[in-house]
Amino acid sequence: MELTGAQALVKSLEMQEVEVIFGLPGGAILPVYDPIIDSSIRHILVRHEQGAGHMAEGYAQATGRPGVAMVTSGPGATNIVTPLADAYMDSIPLVCVTGQVATSAIGTDAFQECDTTGITLGVTKHNWLVTDAADIPRIVREAFHVATTGRPGPVLIDVPKDVSNATMEWYWPDGVDLPGYRPASHPDPVAIRAAAALIRGAERPVIYAGGGILKSGASEALRELAELTRIPVVTTLMARGAFPDSHPLCLGMPGMHGNYTAVTSMQEADLLIALGSRFDDRVTGKVSSFAPKAKVVHVDIDKAEIGKVRRPEVGIVADCRLAIDALTRVIRESGPVDHSRLAPWIATLEQWQTRYPYTYDRAEPAHAEVLAGGVGRRPTLKPQFVVESLRAATPPDTILASGVGQHQMWASQFWKFEHPNTWINSGGLGTMGFAVPAAIGAKVGRPDRMVWAVDGDGCFQMTAQELVTASAERIPVKIAILNNAYLGMVRQWQHMFYEERYSEVYLSPDLPDYVGWAESMGCVGLRVESPEEVMPAIEKANDIDDRPVVIDFRTDSMEQVFPMVRAGASNDEIIVHPSQRDSVPEVPS
Amino acid sequence: MSSERGPNAPRHHLLSVLVENKAGVLARVAGLFSRRGYNIFSLAVAPTDDERFSRISIVVDVESSPLEQVVAQLDKLINVVEIGELHPYEAREAELLLVSLSADAGQRSQVIQLVGVFGGRIVDVGRDALTVMVAGTPDTLDDFEKLMAPYGIAGLQRTGRIALPKLDGRSSASGMADRAAEIA
Repeated sequence: MELTGAQALVKSLEMQEVEVIFGLPGGAILPVYDPIIDSSIRHILVRHEQGAGHMAEGYAQATGRPGVAMVTSGPGATNIVTPLADAYMDSIPLVCVTGQVATSAIGTDAFQECDTTGITLGVTKHNWLVTDAADIPRIVREAFHVATTGRPGPVLIDVPKDVSNATMEWYWPDGVDLPGYRPASHPDPVAIRAAAALIRGAERPVIYAGGGILKSGASEALRELAELTRIPVVTTLMARGAFPDSHPLCLGMPGMHGNYTAVTSMQEADLLIALGSRFDDRVTGKVSSFAPKAKVVHVDIDKAEIGKVRRPEVGIVADCRLAIDALTRVIRESGPVDHSRLAPWIATLEQWQTRYPYTYDRAEPAHAEVLAGGVGRRPTLKPQFVVESLRAATPPDTILASGVGQHQMWASQFWKFEHPNTWINSGGLGTMGFAVPAAIGAKVGRPDRMVWAVDGDGCFQMTAQELVTASAERIPVKIAILNNAYLGMVRQWQHMFYEERYSEVYLSPDLPDYVGWAESMGCVGLRVESPEEVMPAIEKANDIDDRPVVIDFRTDSMEQVFPMVRAGASNDEIIVHPSQRDSVPEVPS
Repeated sequence: MSSERGPNAPRHHLLSVLVENKAGVLARVAGLFSRRGYNIFSLAVAPTDDERFSRISIVVDVESSPLEQVVAQLDKLINVVEIGELHPYEAREAELLLVSLSADAGQRSQVIQLVGVFGGRIVDVGRDALTVMVAGTPDTLDDFEKLMAPYGIAGLQRTGRIALPKLDGRSSASGMADRAAEIA
């Protein structure tokens, strides 16, 4: 069967069981858009290529399947570099197809030409420049294999226009032949036994669960290991939901804005069991004083992560789920586990949890009181209260997306995650504007779930145009803007570290008019200015299922994220909420 | 190429990287050094006996511990099949040098004699210049270069070193990439 390169490309995507492509056509990719009309694959027309990339990321994180984006050459390709970098940092499987100028024009500064494979070299797991239409099925198969196996990540296929137009004899390869690519899978049994021995001997162990738990589908396995050993679990920003927040062994998020118990448990631990986590600087703080008393067991599928930041006593290069299952099996087979030795440790953790929960000032004057007193002062709506209210009003398996900044931290802190793959955020790259398109992608992948985004006003302005896409495609996402009229996290740093010299962080609460903007994009727009309006607005939004909803929550500009560990400081120097600063707790020696 | 910055300074490392013989592979390999600001001191690339693969010999001038991370990252490249660090005592190293020298009739015999001592060959002769080719260990070529300098070097090109493990089994070809995993 003779096909054009373009037809072969679309057919190859069908062979990979792609159900949706997020994209935007242009000159160099035009040949590929023609067979898309006849394809079973749904195409979602975005308004900016960055939106296509983040939607594909949201889709991938919500479903566990690779997200697919398609854009044209030149500016189309450069616009999707940010999502590729984002996916690379957070190990999200993406397959991005870019158009390219004809092979004869490459390197001539042709219209809409750029060196796409060169530009994306450092932000993809691998990329391919196709020079022969006959290579297309092989390359597509390789691309999906590379994106989804081992440590997942984004890949890119750059297809020159003449290659799309050329003809080839259709085939589908049996497998892939990549002699340099051998992703790890099963753990070394010797290392597993060494890790099990450390676990059995530890008195103050902590499981440091990272995004690898979700990538390998290891949530159940993790739960089994934690319950067998009764070892408490911290869940990093990338692992929120990998272990239920309601579980008695869950300590929540560690790191720069993690809770006191999670952060301090690692500082005091005698054993850290790092499962699919990478000792990110936002978790470790100053590395030389991170978890100084701990031995380390480090499980990661990426060999380069073992010892990158912290030398482990036991390094295990393996799929997280297989390694956890093996650990559980070895520990179980070696006799009953003595939990009594952990009792003092658990008691200490519980004391910290009681003393230092996440908190905020709930005693601000309520709206009603303010009205009754006839005071002209505006009631303050705390952003944390909005997140708590959202959580209370939505189903447990609701998918929550967020952008980057204060609102992201409040979302991670005050949302209670009960299910894996329900938290979608930009962890490593910290990409403002991630939330709206990621939420849309998640909703496309999981139409059965309620999908909310908690966004900042700064973030929202970066990618809000994709709500036009959502309206046009009937993708009913719900966006909660925590509108504090500032680039809040930057403002917080200027407050704390630059003597309150606020440089270029004010955005205005009502320019743009978020409600008017939402409505012009085909969404329902709501505004909430006081605490008692919060629940009715959320409930109203929950009832709308035929279009997107945007709620403009006017929140307190002064609010700061606590706890906080300053960048580069030791985790021992954690700054708790002002209301908790009366005393320093006893630290066990 | 002053001596304390030279390839024989204590911090130099020689990496031997077996890669797929495909377009763009060298850029991927080089990119992992350039993004960290590490200078590649010398580089030699050519296909192996199996034309599907090429061997890249890279000499870099960095501390061991950051290099270990670069090696681990190199190993992640899809087109990199195998990577190892070759320690100078455990490798046979060789390099080729071409140099054009000013040498009038009076100096020629001296130069030819020295070239003979180094096992080199005269590959081109002009009215008052010679082009010489010498193969040898990098140290030998450094010495030869110094001896030729007084005659006036008009042009010089070295290939960068290539290397293979010694045959007595003391090689560490399995290399640094594996070391990270062997911490257990």
